[in-house]
Amino acid sequence: MHDLRAGPYLCLVPRTMLAQQLVNGVLLGATYALFALGFTLTFGVLRVVNLTYGFYFTAGAFLALWLTRHLGAPIWVALPVASVGAGLIAVVIDFLLLTRLRRKNAPELASLMVTIGGVLALYAGMTAWVGPDVQRLPPGLISAEAYDIAGLRITQAQILILVATAVLVAALLFLLRGTRLGLALRAMAERPDAAGLMGINTGRAAALVSFLSGLLAGAGGVLIGLNFNAIQPFMGESMMLRGFVVIIVGGLGDIRGALIAGLLLGVLEVLTAGYLASSLKEAVAFMILVAVLWTRPQGLFGTSTVRRA
Amino acid sequence: MLRRTLLATLLIATPVLAQTSAVMAQPIPVGSVEILSGPAAAYGIAIKSGMELALDEVNAKGVLGGRKIALIVEDSAGQKDQGLNAARKLIGRDKVIAIIGPTLSTEMFAIGPVVNERKIPIIGTSTTATGVTAIGDYVFRTSLPESDVLPVTLKAAMARGVKTIALMYANDEAFAKSGFEVMKATADKVGLKIVAIETFGSKDSDFSAQLTKIKALKPDAIGLSALVEPTAGVLLQARQLGFGKETQFIGGNGANSPKLGEIAGPAADGLIVGSPWFIAKKDQVNADFVAAFRARFNKDPDQFAAQSYDALKILAAAIDRAGAADSEKVRDALLKTDYSGVMGAFQFTPGRDPASTSGVVVLTMQGGKFVVLE
Repeated sequence: MHDLRAGPYLCLVPRTMLAQQLVNGVLLGATYALFALGFTLTFGVLRVVNLTYGFYFTAGAFLALWLTRHLGAPIWVALPVASVGAGLIAVVIDFLLLTRLRRKNAPELASLMVTIGGVLALYAGMTAWVGPDVQRLPPGLISAEAYDIAGLRITQAQILILVATAVLVAALLFLLRGTRLGLALRAMAERPDAAGLMGINTGRAAALVSFLSGLLAGAGGVLIGLNFNAIQPFMGESMMLRGFVVIIVGGLGDIRGALIAGLLLGVLEVLTAGYLASSLKEAVAFMILVAVLWTRPQGLFGTSTVRRA
Repeated sequence: MLRRTLLATLLIATPVLAQTSAVMAQPIPVGSVEILSGPAAAYGIAIKSGMELALDEVNAKGVLGGRKIALIVEDSAGQKDQGLNAARKLIGRDKVIAIIGPTLSTEMFAIGPVVNERKIPIIGTSTTATGVTAIGDYVFRTSLPESDVLPVTLKAAMARGVKTIALMYANDEAFAKSGFEVMKATADKVGLKIVAIETFGSKDSDFSAQLTKIKALKPDAIGLSALVEPTAGVLLQARQLGFGKETQFIGGNGANSPKLGEIAGPAADGLIVGSPWFIAKKDQVNADFVAAFRARFNKDPDQFAAQSYDALKILAAAIDRAGAADSEKVRDALLKTDYSGVMGAFQFTPGRDPASTSGVVVLTMQGGKFVVLE
């Protein structure tokens, strides 16, 4: 354990407090961004506001819980396996809920309604199955100790979140911008019918997007579950509201936008709570949403004509 | 129809026998509204388990000379509207003579007035907010309000050298907010200096901003008023941010759950909380209750199960004393309650609150488990 008594208290002059608050904000923002990545991807490519997304987040966390608790898997096994598992669950659920709608070219509102119903059923089913209690990953899965760098404290789980968010954003951008597959996905985002006519197997591409977004949600669930140490069926639901703010502010379907908006939201929330009043935290988050929708309905980083992916 | 005709015939033929059997055949409907689904379902399920255990024991003997109580438990899902509909259904369709619940004080403020207007007694077993029983003459509670428990807790903290305190509470929950107000008033009264007041949402998982701010102020103690999940979250993050043993964490009623140790693990060690009940209380009634609960539900009871267990027994005894399954008479009988249960001796004040705080124990977390504070 790093020394708790001597160092931090002496260092905690206001400037260090601001620095620690900024660290807090970036970490919180990274969890928002991590959560929002897959959410914005589904919207960007499939044009579906997929509310079941929060459930894949929950599913990833519970898969990791099961893997670590019953099979004794270490975190570097549990994280990828649970993420892939959540991706596969997403493929199945999205297929069942959305394929019919997509075939009929149903409007966005229809998918919204179907996924609202779907996700409530899934949460309720999950609660009936595993119970409503908060569960925690086995202690010692990752060291709970915090590094103390010049009076700033950061834990291993938090570092893991920062690294994972950076790696996933880079990988996604590469996939979308630098590969043929990405080209196909972007074509689908642009004009699904035309993409189909150009020989893109849109059904398979949709399944791939479901898989990727489920994978991202699952990874987020494991890492955020690890950081806050509270896993329960509704954990995805409480993240969804912030997820909405992030993808709307960042521009629907915009990966870089989601990253920036997530960090922005996290830092602003923390600074509001730290220097104004903690009761204004939510007000700030949602005022940003309203302000962005007023002035730039396409999102801070979106352009009005091009739909990004 | 046929049955009613038959009964009528019987009534004419053998009045005494028929009356007894007709009445025997009819269980007394008692309703309950609790959170059985959604994020806070753990509380409602504990409460329901406590009631079911008590119900079995009550029905083994019966009330009013052998009649059974039929308990109808409805789910509020933690939502006022759903809870209100459930209460209306219990009164209108099931014709219940009394209601136990609801789980949260917030829900009671919505449901209580409606039930009170229908002159049906309603007994909160876990509603600790200020003002609950002020709703009306038919609103009772068996749970000690925070204002009775907290002074005991804060005095114990002061005995351990605490002079300054920062308060944190969930500002979207009546129970947590009222707990905070009591904490603030009590701190002022006993002479603790409040250095900061911070809020959070009960579904938040990040408290780093508030904790960083508090840390710079170096209070001797942090008082937390929230349900157990966010309380655990605050503790976990406080340890990450470097709060050590020099800071005394003090929990409100929400922290009084074995789940705190399960969720927060060693991060919760050292926290103190006042409790109207404790699993390891040595008296025979409590030991029997704990053993029966474990045998039936395969887990340890918590405070919420203990409170609802007593509440159902208190209600059953009142029905018995009332001499009839009549809401008005049951209400009057409830006021004359003199009962000794797992929570200790129990009577109602004229204001329908619990009369005694003698049962309050101050507990502390040690290795993820509560023990009595030495």
